[in-house]
Amino acid sequence: MSDPNLEGEDFRRARRGRNIAIAVGLAVFVILVYVVTIVNMGSDVLHRPL
Amino acid sequence: MAMATAPTSVRAPARWQDFLQLLKPRVMSLVVFTALTGLVCAPEHLNPILGAVAILCIAVGAGASGALNMWYDADIDAAMRRTRGRPVPAGRVQGADALALGIVLSLLSVMLMGVGVNWFAAGLLAFTIVFYAVVYTMWLKRWTAQNIVIGGLAGALPPVIGWAAATGTAPLNAWLLCAIIFMWTPPHFWALSLYTSEDYAKAGVPMMPVVKGAKSTRAQILVYSLLLIPVCVAPAFTGLGGAAYLGVSSLGGLVFLLLAWRLFRSHAGEAADPRNDDGLYDVRAGARDARNLFAFSILYLALMFATLLGEHLAGLKPLEFL
Repeated sequence: MSDPNLEGEDFRRARRGRNIAIAVGLAVFVILVYVVTIVNMGSDVLHRPL
Repeated sequence: MAMATAPTSVRAPARWQDFLQLLKPRVMSLVVFTALTGLVCAPEHLNPILGAVAILCIAVGAGASGALNMWYDADIDAAMRRTRGRPVPAGRVQGADALALGIVLSLLSVMLMGVGVNWFAAGLLAFTIVFYAVVYTMWLKRWTAQNIVIGGLAGALPPVIGWAAATGTAPLNAWLLCAIIFMWTPPHFWALSLYTSEDYAKAGVPMMPVVKGAKSTRAQILVYSLLLIPVCVAPAFTGLGGAAYLGVSSLGGLVFLLLAWRLFRSHAGEAADPRNDDGLYDVRAGARDARNLFAFSILYLALMFATLLGEHLAGLKPLEFL
């Protein structure tokens, strides 16, 4: 919840920067989980029973 | 429990850079360096992508414990010149936000390490975060003059975590890297505290010069330095370090001892004038020897780990004495 008294251009710019940083952080985490999963499976993923 | 009485009002909107500052990027860079050394020195080689993820997890875990430290220690930080500009005491970030960031990043870093690399390394990382944030920050720091001696274990563990990430084990050589940083920490921090003891006294932190006085601190620095050098040279005799490491650790050790001896013979920490409001790293009368040891201790540790890293990356064989 933002304080309406603090709502100004600086405040909005800072909040936008924080939101972008959180979005980038989450995206990086998701990509990392995907990548380490693929790396850990290695080539074995091709030798599974169909 | 001595709870932090941090300013709760936010004077300016928090920027993402303020949250980055909560992670103590400079400490993170040292942690990355020592953890990478542990990972590279390990006899088994990890997939480079997993190795990078392991180092990232260790760095983020270190940053998380830094954020938890800044949340809890906001009252101490506000009283000290070196730290009063940090985001929480300066009012740029609320304490609760620092706490939330620390908890979230701790969980993410440990989980990713466990799922992606191995759970032994993840366990060591979790232990390190808890040890720094709870045992050191909440307990030792405000309670005993041995705070940085015992608490130094948290800063010494990253090479063991790096080694464990590569092999899933933590043998003697990994703990030797830990021992080097552990024994290095007291002379390093006490040299610094000899010329910043007024700040610590003002903040109520029982650093060694505040509790035992400057003379006792200088003597203890000398004793720890004498104990440190054999530990630093030891990797050359355990199949970890090569000829270059033996040279760097022994020659650097002699310089370290010389500086510790000079500091012991000096009056550093005794002539501080409370009316003098110089910058933190300005040299007061008698404190030059303390500053010299502090500066050289950083160089010595960096050179030893860089040499080990370089030897292993270059594939140089360790010395064979045994």
